[in-house]
Amino acid sequence: MKGISGKKIGMTQVFLQNGYLIPVTVIEVGPCKVVQLKTAEKDGYTAVQIGFDEIKKEKNVPKGRLGHFKKVSLPPYRFLREVKLDGLDVAVGNDVTVDIFNKGDKVSVTGISKGKGFQGVMKRHNYSGGPGSHGSMFNRAPGSIGSSSYPSRVWKNKGLPGHMGSEKTTTKNIEVVDVKKEQNLLIVKGAVPGANGGYLIIRKDE
Amino acid sequence: MDAIKIIEEGFKRDITPFRVGDTVRVSIQVKEGDKERLQAFEGIVIGRKGSGIRETFTVRKISYGIGVEKVFPIHSPLISKIELIKEGKVRRAKLYYLRGKKGKAAKVKEKSFVEANVMSHK
Repeated sequence: MKGISGKKIGMTQVFLQNGYLIPVTVIEVGPCKVVQLKTAEKDGYTAVQIGFDEIKKEKNVPKGRLGHFKKVSLPPYRFLREVKLDGLDVAVGNDVTVDIFNKGDKVSVTGISKGKGFQGVMKRHNYSGGPGSHGSMFNRAPGSIGSSSYPSRVWKNKGLPGHMGSEKTTTKNIEVVDVKKEQNLLIVKGAVPGANGGYLIIRKDE
Repeated sequence: MDAIKIIEEGFKRDITPFRVGDTVRVSIQVKEGDKERLQAFEGIVIGRKGSGIRETFTVRKISYGIGVEKVFPIHSPLISKIELIKEGKVRRAKLYYLRGKKGKAAKVKEKSFVEANVMSHK
């Protein structure tokens, strides 16, 4: 399962050959640098650590993190993630570009969803709520949250109001509409998690 | 945002300039089985909506006594051409009032030769 990191640019619409106007998300993908190789002997598993979005000023990098990059004499990167890059020739310092994707591929996109703040049960857990009028006083409340003498407590995982969003979310199985190699852009059909400018990991679905 | 603009520009097409109130003939590619042909739709443009790649226009005509409206995405690859038949003289951006009118009342005044020329020189 190949993967690469990128940045959400925003959404727009494009025409297909058959005249359909479809919604798309534009993602700036790479070029990422291979920063570290994790091996089965040393780390117990194999993976490739890739860095994306170079930090220009050294003073903005934590000292420990800077040492990690100095060791392999690479510039520091803001977004470090581990991915698998099977079948690709990888060595520390190599570039990973949007080339790994082709038009028509299915990908999964992982990102941090937009924060929604403290939300009630209707928005957070899709409860249906009560009637809006006719004297109803049960409008958007959660209602009963359980039985009485048994279990004498609220079941675990009961959906209640609380903080919503700002969590790791994956949109699976979305189609690659276009790959623009010169501009390092990936165009995928539909929406992906997070705000514009947010970091994403794009993995190829096999 | 720049990358998005570049992508949108790439899908934009050169369009015969036309305005609301004009009479146009739109040729659309239609697929019938494995054959392709052009289908013409001629009528009055009663509105243009949206901007950029999303812009659409509505064409209204009376077909066998029944009002028919079609909405086209202005940059659709299926539109092979838009011909300007007549330039209309209107004072509104949307001609939805034509929907309730019949016969002569549903007519849009034609732009005179002088007006048409003055406008194009502006």
